[in-house]
Amino acid sequence: MTSAFRMNPDGLQRLLALLQQMDYETIGPTMSGDAITYDRIASISDLPVGWTDEQAPGIYRLVRGDDREYFGYTLPAQSWKRFLYPPFRKLFSIKKNGKSLELDEAESGTAKYAFIGVRACELSAISIQDKVFNLGEYRDDNYLSLRKKIFVVAVNCSHAGDNCFCTSMKTGPGAKHDFDIALTEILKEGDHYFIAEAGTEAGSAIIEMIGPGKATDDEIAAADNVVRETAAHITKSMDTRGLPELLADNLEHSQWEDVAKRCLTCGNCTMVCPTCFCSTVEDATDLSGQVAERFRRWDSCFTMDFAKVSGGNFRISPKSRYRQWLTHKLSSWVDQFGVSGCVGCGRCIAWCPVGIDLTAEVKAIRGTSVKQEKEV
Amino acid sequence: MIESPVADNEIEAVNAMTPALAAIRRVTWETDDTFTLLIDPPLMNGRPFSFRPGQFNMVYAFGLGESAISISSDPAKSNSLAHTIHRVGTVTSALSRLRRGDTIGLRGPFGTAWPLEEAVGKDVCIAAGGIGLAPLRPVIYTLISRRKEFGRIVILYGARSPLDLLYRVELEEWSKVPNTEVIITVDRGDSSWKGHIGVVTALFSYIKMDSPSTIAMVCGPEIMMKYTYEELERRGLSQEQIYISMERNMKCGVGLCGHCQFGPRFICKDGPVFRLPQVRHLLDKKEI
Ligand SMILES: Cc1cc2nc3c(=O)[nH]c(=O)nc-3n(C[C@H](O)[C@H](O)[C@H](O)COP(=O)(O)OP(=O)(O)OC[C@H]3O[C@@H](n4cnc5c(N)ncnc54)[C@H](O)[C@@H]3O)c2cc1C
Ligand code: SF4
Ligand code: SF4
Repeated sequence: MTSAFRMNPDGLQRLLALLQQMDYETIGPTMSGDAITYDRIASISDLPVGWTDEQAPGIYRLVRGDDREYFGYTLPAQSWKRFLYPPFRKLFSIKKNGKSLELDEAESGTAKYAFIGVRACELSAISIQDKVFNLGEYRDDNYLSLRKKIFVVAVNCSHAGDNCFCTSMKTGPGAKHDFDIALTEILKEGDHYFIAEAGTEAGSAIIEMIGPGKATDDEIAAADNVVRETAAHITKSMDTRGLPELLADNLEHSQWEDVAKRCLTCGNCTMVCPTCFCSTVEDATDLSGQVAERFRRWDSCFTMDFAKVSGGNFRISPKSRYRQWLTHKLSSWVDQFGVSGCVGCGRCIAWCPVGIDLTAEVKAIRGTSVKQEKEV
Repeated sequence: MIESPVADNEIEAVNAMTPALAAIRRVTWETDDTFTLLIDPPLMNGRPFSFRPGQFNMVYAFGLGESAISISSDPAKSNSLAHTIHRVGTVTSALSRLRRGDTIGLRGPFGTAWPLEEAVGKDVCIAAGGIGLAPLRPVIYTLISRRKEFGRIVILYGARSPLDLLYRVELEEWSKVPNTEVIITVDRGDSSWKGHIGVVTALFSYIKMDSPSTIAMVCGPEIMMKYTYEELERRGLSQEQIYISMERNMKCGVGLCGHCQFGPRFICKDGPVFRLPQVRHLLDKKEI
């Protein structure tokens, strides 16, 4: 850590207030029914203080943790994706005027978000979507206009979830890039504080305004230790060696049939995944038939119509749809964007109603990949 | 704040999801269910419309949606733009009801083009099935207007029946161009039909090809393209000499919606025109 500061919980409140004064809409983890979600937060009392989550394949449950801890959970259900890439958005409205048409393009997002509590794997997810939405000649202006303005307060993970495998994907549990400020929450012998580190000039300017003291070497060591301990407690793993080639070479593997027997093709995994980006468009007209609108909505490669064309449907079987999803995430994504589409957050595992675990599917395919099958 | 994904000076935004509006100049019915819209080309992001043969537009019908439609006009004629459309469903039916003076939306041109420059100095074999002739028509116009730059031109075209043949007058004209052969076949003939009956691949037995110096451009239903490239390979063309144009579901046309993926390829921006080796290994697999 270059220059680290020690900040008490009231410093966290100051941080929120300062960002709000700078016209940021502050978004962070907050309780919503039986889950933690990212939503607008007014003050630190909106944070899920004292709650932690238990996650396992098909399972997400909140339980009480340390009463003081603000960021004691692993990951909320939804990621930051829905703020930068809204699930439903108007593209334009269009009006009939005799034989001609008048088009009114929807404005690009103007919101100025400060994200509070971004996990390391989620920083990677955002940088992956940066590539997706800004590749080549055409780009998603709405994404970019929102993305350019965000202020990111990362919080290093202090609890490893059972579904987490960021260490395999080399994305966490400590934040390394793409943040304005990174915090580590420390609870130690009656002491409760944050170690704050700036990642940008804007980040250091704000830290200066809060005015915390320099962290001592011991405090910095304690923060490093939190991340190290969390990494040590991650139990799930995925062997990524040659993974894109492995999957590309095993498109006919029997495991696809096997997983298809369990998969409900509900699409939950694609909705919660912080990198999945597929969308569709919807058209609507008013009752007079004179005004029409066009919307973009999140879509999923698991839906029946996803690959439908007028003469037929290219992916009817659940097998082909699960295969499309997993091979896209872990294999063709690399061809398309130069990185894996998976950051190891484990959301698709927790929110799969039947608990399908992609790391287990990969393991099964690797265990009996084509070449070995041929030898049998 | 964070290292911005886009430098500010670069933000001359190409908002690919907003159509330009264009007026229909003429509607020509080619067959019972296929028509050509002749359109006044709109400015696209402030620039005059221009395209390369093989590219497509997303054509918007008011309130109903968009379809990916290849451009079927002559790229050298900058004052008109044509789309030949087979009426098959919601959007194409709505487009079929349009009349002179009506307005549509256009986004494009998108996608890759046929390898015209690579074909210079070589023989060209064009094989089309059904509506697949539409995306190849701009190539044919170009080949003919630059006739001396190319070797022998063979156009093989198959349709369901004599009444389903597109561009009949032009087919006749093209067949009169020097060193150019047009061979047509139909699945089912009728009493007046004196030409070939059968699949497009059967037409290869009527032509001689200088295989090492031929470039083949193929467009039609996927099964027709498969039989065609297999036949071309049997006749000694390497995969590198064969190009096909593919169709998939498309919502955006620019690689952002994910729908048209075919393995690592986005058909909309890495295609629709592919050199065969780019996709061949996946075409043999089911439900990619
Ligand atoms: C690159 C490219 C070039 C093409 N060029 C031409 C051309 O030059 N001429 C031509 O005639 N055709 C062309 N096509 C094919 C043309 O795009 C389709 O025939 C056309 O989109 C059909 O639209 P439709 O609404 O009339 O048909 P429909 O059958 O009503 O709908 C087809 C489209 O709507 C979607 N769809 C259908 N039913 C549903 C449902 N229940 N829910 C959600 N979505 C649904 C399909 O996924 C598909 O996108 C081309 C296609 C591509 C990809
Ligand atoms: S594929 Fe699953 S584990 Fe990987 S980033 Fe998406 S939701 Fe997280
Ligand atoms: S893997 Fe699970 S979450 Fe994804 S579509 Fe199948 S059942 Fe739904």
